[in-house]
Amino acid sequence: MCTTCENLVDPKQIKLDEVIIKYQSENGPLIPILQEAQEVYGYLPADVLRHVSKTIRIPLAKIYGVVTFYSQFRLAPVGRNLINVCLGTACHVRGGANVLDMIEKTTKIKDGETSEDRRYTLEIVACIGACGLAPVMSINGQVYGRLEPENVAEILAKYE
Amino acid sequence: MAENQRILVCAGTGCASSGAHTIIDLLQEEIIRQGIQDRVSVVPTGCHGFCEQGPTLIIEPQQTLYTQVKAEDIAEIVAQDLMEGKLVERLLYVDPLTQKPATTFANSNFFAKQVRVVLKNCGFIDPEKIEDYVANDGYKGLANALKMTPDAVVEEVKKAGLRGRGGAGFPTGLKWGFCRNSPGNKKYIICNADEGDPGAFMDRGVLEGDPHSVIEGMLIGAYAIGADEGYVYCRAEYPLAIKHMEIAIAKAEQAGYLGDNIMNSGFNFRLKIRAGAGAFVCGEETALMASIEGRRGMPNVRPPFPAQSGLWGKPTNINNVETWSSVPHILAHGADWYTQYGTEKSKGTKIFALTGRINNTGLVEVPMGTTLRSILFDIGGGIQNGKAFKAVQIGGPSGGCLPDEMLDLEVDYDTLTRAGAMVGSGGLVVMDETTCMVDIARFFLDFSQKESCGKCTPCREGNKRMWDILDRITKGEGKIEDLDTLENLALVIKETSLCGLGQNSPNPVLATLKYFRKEFEAHIIDHKCPAHVCTALLTYSIDAEKCKGCGLCAKNCPVGCITGEKKEAHTIDEAACIKCGTCLEKCKFDAVIRL
Repeated sequence: MCTTCENLVDPKQIKLDEVIIKYQSENGPLIPILQEAQEVYGYLPADVLRHVSKTIRIPLAKIYGVVTFYSQFRLAPVGRNLINVCLGTACHVRGGANVLDMIEKTTKIKDGETSEDRRYTLEIVACIGACGLAPVMSINGQVYGRLEPENVAEILAKYE
Repeated sequence: MAENQRILVCAGTGCASSGAHTIIDLLQEEIIRQGIQDRVSVVPTGCHGFCEQGPTLIIEPQQTLYTQVKAEDIAEIVAQDLMEGKLVERLLYVDPLTQKPATTFANSNFFAKQVRVVLKNCGFIDPEKIEDYVANDGYKGLANALKMTPDAVVEEVKKAGLRGRGGAGFPTGLKWGFCRNSPGNKKYIICNADEGDPGAFMDRGVLEGDPHSVIEGMLIGAYAIGADEGYVYCRAEYPLAIKHMEIAIAKAEQAGYLGDNIMNSGFNFRLKIRAGAGAFVCGEETALMASIEGRRGMPNVRPPFPAQSGLWGKPTNINNVETWSSVPHILAHGADWYTQYGTEKSKGTKIFALTGRINNTGLVEVPMGTTLRSILFDIGGGIQNGKAFKAVQIGGPSGGCLPDEMLDLEVDYDTLTRAGAMVGSGGLVVMDETTCMVDIARFFLDFSQKESCGKCTPCREGNKRMWDILDRITKGEGKIEDLDTLENLALVIKETSLCGLGQNSPNPVLATLKYFRKEFEAHIIDHKCPAHVCTALLTYSIDAEKCKGCGLCAKNCPVGCITGEKKEAHTIDEAACIKCGTCLEKCKFDAVIRL
């Protein structure tokens, strides 16, 4: 291997290969590999899927089928801050829709969209299991409960 | 010399989001500052179950329960309670019905009427420490099981009458027996922790708060069935549950409870975690196994049942978190002890997740056979803001909404199914007069049709058509014959769908039609939404006598459809009104009328 080119190797690519090595000898390695690959890249770029396909010898079409089946996987990059608004039953009954309205108004994006400045991505989810605090949302995994539409803007402003 | 004390701070997902970690840090700092760190320890625990009042903490041995604790309360708690032994009364829980403060957690109505078997450790041990679990009779059930023959273990679980807590209520011992008697050297067991029902979070509570109880239950099951490998399939939306489970597995391996020759019995077992990837249908057994195998999570026709041909074609037994977690108690104390709780056909205790328009949201565990009224009013503290109870939704998207006259039902698998609902995973979402039942029926179908995997036509197309009809009704465009069409479609979907998701998805519609038909008719015939939820059926106007002409409504109206001179009555242009309700909220003189 050409040692002078080593610096050119993408560190994400190195991580991806580590992930593949970690799981490839296990039964059913595809989903854990995709999950960790998405952690590395933030989404699943086409090149990454091709690389996974070649290395673990699963047809790209099958991988694409899996990626599009599960809501966790993304084929496009997300913004810097991922907002998950819960519209599960408890949140629905306690006014989650009003919270969503306010988020849409503040960020000017709708479900599944990313703002032009890439500051926010908005996704509606069905339940994050914090029903006792409904209505809730989470931003980058941090859960905010007992939301009122009035205090949404203040929380969003904390995320640059 | 003052006695040793432990402060149990709930650090489950709910309380963590209300600031529990700051509280833990501040408590630790303050305890050191006061020099009492030798006798007072701070323990981050799993869920106390009292999410509404979070962050909560319990001080042992006094069992003092403090609720809604904030950072600024810490110094007072340490100085007054821990140093002087005096209660900080303003942080005690006040019962919403009696207005009396509870001095200990055990004498608060919320906890006093519960029977905590599966939740015994939740909130009382550090879930990251295996020694805490072992000190509370942990792995005692496993030790007992390993002294018995596998067949005797299956018999004991059968005798206990434990039924699957994930929804269907299939007898657990019977299921184990099928898999045990299935031919084959390699067998798997799986813990279904893909708790997808919106409004249910008891499995999250157990995984976060007492992960070793799930591992112990699975070990006992694996020994009984003859499996040497297992998976915990946990939804990715529960990162803390996955983290605690990973730690617990590592600790159990170090302590020799997982691996080879467990407790010198010659029994080997390995356990792995798989995170779900966001598909509700993966809670169905065959879809879940497809997902572990790395495929799209679509259900298969049964037979063959998983007990014959499951994961990678091998005999497999799947139970959910609460079921596995009940098993160690049965083996530790015996089937006779377990059957003291429950009804004739549904034994033991069940955890319910109380949410919605109720005062005490949280996790509660009661014996099977407790009435809904007791759960909602004695433990749940009744309806928020003194509003009138309308319905309780039980069993998630597969269950139904039950009205007031059904609240004296004793909750067990069979009575609820007869009433048109189901125990399901145990989510109880309470609705009051401000909830529209047509909207709720549409809500559940919206969920089911989005989560349908698309494999079979009745579920994929039928639910969509039912949703279309309900959507029309909420917009005031429904016809009275739509109600018959809905019922017909529902019956076809129930009878012909491939898996549990499709077979049960019409239940919320059927139950609401059965108990709340008048509300459907009000939408269709009178074009009115009695709960004032369906925006298309609302009209806003201004009472000229009450309006002072302050202009606040006009200033806040997002579409500028309110006009009027200062100090004179304003009017709403109904054609332009988007019915957002902002004017109603803003008006200080109750002059806006919503019909």
